[in-house]
Amino acid sequence: MRFALDEDREALRSTARALLTELCPASAVRAAWTGTPDNAAWNALADIGALAVLLPQSEDGLGLDETYLVPVLEEAGRAALPHPLVETALVAAPLGVTGLIVATDLGAAVPTAAGGEKVAAPTKAAVEGAAGAAVPSATFAEAFLLAAGRGLRLYEAQEVDVEPVETVDASRHCGRVRPRAGGRSVTDDPEAVAAAFDRGALGTAAELLGLSRAMLELTVGYAAERHQFGKPIGSFQAVKHHLANARLEIEFAAPAVLYAAYAIARGQTDASRAVSQAKWLAGSAAAVTGRAALQCHGAIGYTTEHDLHLYLKRSWALIRAWGGADFHADRVAASISL
Amino acid sequence: MDLNWSADQEALRLELRGWLEHNLADWRVEIGTELSGDTREGFAQQLLWEQRLYEAGWSAVSWPSAYGGRDGTLWDWLIFEEEYWRAGAPQRVTQNGIQILAPSVFEHGTQEQKDHLLTRIAAAEDLWCQGWSEPNAGSDLAGVSSRARRIDGGWVLDGQKTWTTRGAFCTHLFGLFRSDPDSERHRGLTYLLVPLDLDGITVRGFGRLDGDEGFAEVFFTEAFLPDGAVGTSVVLGEVDQGWRVAVSAASTERGLLRSPGRYQATVASLLELCSQRGADESMRRRVAAAWMRVDGYRLQTLQTVTALMDGRDLGSEASLAKIWWSELDIELHEIALDLLDPDAELEGPWSKGHQFSLAGPIYAGTNEVQRNIVAERVLGLPR
Repeated sequence: MRFALDEDREALRSTARALLTELCPASAVRAAWTGTPDNAAWNALADIGALAVLLPQSEDGLGLDETYLVPVLEEAGRAALPHPLVETALVAAPLGVTGLIVATDLGAAVPTAAGGEKVAAPTKAAVEGAAGAAVPSATFAEAFLLAAGRGLRLYEAQEVDVEPVETVDASRHCGRVRPRAGGRSVTDDPEAVAAAFDRGALGTAAELLGLSRAMLELTVGYAAERHQFGKPIGSFQAVKHHLANARLEIEFAAPAVLYAAYAIARGQTDASRAVSQAKWLAGSAAAVTGRAALQCHGAIGYTTEHDLHLYLKRSWALIRAWGGADFHADRVAASISL
Repeated sequence: MDLNWSADQEALRLELRGWLEHNLADWRVEIGTELSGDTREGFAQQLLWEQRLYEAGWSAVSWPSAYGGRDGTLWDWLIFEEEYWRAGAPQRVTQNGIQILAPSVFEHGTQEQKDHLLTRIAAAEDLWCQGWSEPNAGSDLAGVSSRARRIDGGWVLDGQKTWTTRGAFCTHLFGLFRSDPDSERHRGLTYLLVPLDLDGITVRGFGRLDGDEGFAEVFFTEAFLPDGAVGTSVVLGEVDQGWRVAVSAASTERGLLRSPGRYQATVASLLELCSQRGADESMRRRVAAAWMRVDGYRLQTLQTVTALMDGRDLGSEASLAKIWWSELDIELHEIALDLLDPDAELEGPWSKGHQFSLAGPIYAGTNEVQRNIVAERVLGLPR
């Protein structure tokens, strides 16, 4: 028994953090609100192999498993990277789609409140219902992995029409995607679709953890500097307790995210449940942390001039993408015979 | 990263499971109706249980066998806890000695103190209660005002301890006393080991929220504590340096006092209750949420124990675990009461457990104090 991010995984995290700190600071996220994201950070991630962690070495990948990708995705979340790293490295790459920036509607293929039949995976109806959903990164993606019937099809950018839609987090670059023609089938296997969905939910949980850490750090820093009543506001218990609650939620979500990656990597039978647990706990951590961060920043946090909103708005989107709290709670309930 | 138990660990689990099954049944035949360990009669019943545990080497699995343990690791302890609570075994009435006093003896005791005290703790021969709280020193433990005055051959104790769990049934008390009368706060305190049958000590039991006589107040009136009153030196650590000794125990208490095994067992009972009573969609979601938090605690503990086995200390982060399990315990019991609806008011394991769970955010340092610790020492917010 040994449950820790050991040296090699921590090394990958440090490398990712260093390059994202340099190439994807808040100013880069802010710039992505008004224009296509700058590819500097993305290309640097590609250079360290982050997009090909799951690919075998024979295909120029790192030949590693999901537990190595989780720390990288946490760092992408921490930086609010405006690129589809989850979609490209974790959802598409294992399906053999490589070398392109990939957008997918699979994360929207789930009713937010899963009524009726308990779904172990996106149902056919849900997958079809995703048609017309707002697809993140659609305005600049190079390939589109779209739910179709029981499977997934891949389209190149010139094979689809993309109608941009306005979103609360403009750096998401969402669009409604309609295939015009062409495309090729990537898989017809509903189990492969379900596994791809689980990987997307896992990656989103990891990004939510990183976003939570970013928001908490930003707020701890601010609470130490900002003075009211002659003292730093971080010395007041009411503020301390908000931030302790955020730290608490992060503390108990992080191991569940790593465990879900481990369960997927090992092909364990509890993998889908572990993913739902991870997404639910990480979503809860992000919701608690986001509220605490905004409250403790006060009015400055309630502006678009301060950076907090970049992370906050990303977290709101991701909490509900790839299955929201109710969907994942229902999946867990079904798996524990509730 | 490897989340599999070794063959030896699996064997330990199976051995314990079999032992518990047989001995719990046997013990329950021996005692007749099982009573709460927080009553005088129930406490006596559970001493019989503790003696069984000790004789089979289960009372403190992670201790050296020289002191009545099993030379086990913290992993073995976790396995013990999972199986122990899964089997529906009774609470440990020796817990304060095993989990709060003993870690301080291991860390700060002399060889003679270890040799004399530890086996007697494991064997439930000496029954220890903790003497931290006083009427004016609860979460603010440094406000202790009970005095220990040094005289030839021992100490003279004066003052009062209170909210002492199972104090009326125990034989010994460990606690902090102000040994330097000119000192303030955490300086000038000495960690003393005190037999409760000394002249000048009066113990009065009183009812906790659940009505059991599980609390006591202990009065010291010119009580003379001879230097060797516990069969070895009565001072743990250095004179006037008791705070350090107590704090090392506080971290252990908060971090590992309540293992995930307890809550895994509670959530399993809750699932049973759900299937008996029926649960609608929103109730199922509440239960699933509680299950996820319990399992999150299990996974976090696996990381914590990995870190401890690597030689890292359990520092202020222990406060995170204490907040989590104590509030989770209330959540689990509130869900059960909601499932029971009007039957929630009936005396029974859920109503009893609910009342006990409400103590969690209060004992071992209130959760308000724990949140301050998290904010200041983990996050680095200003004092």
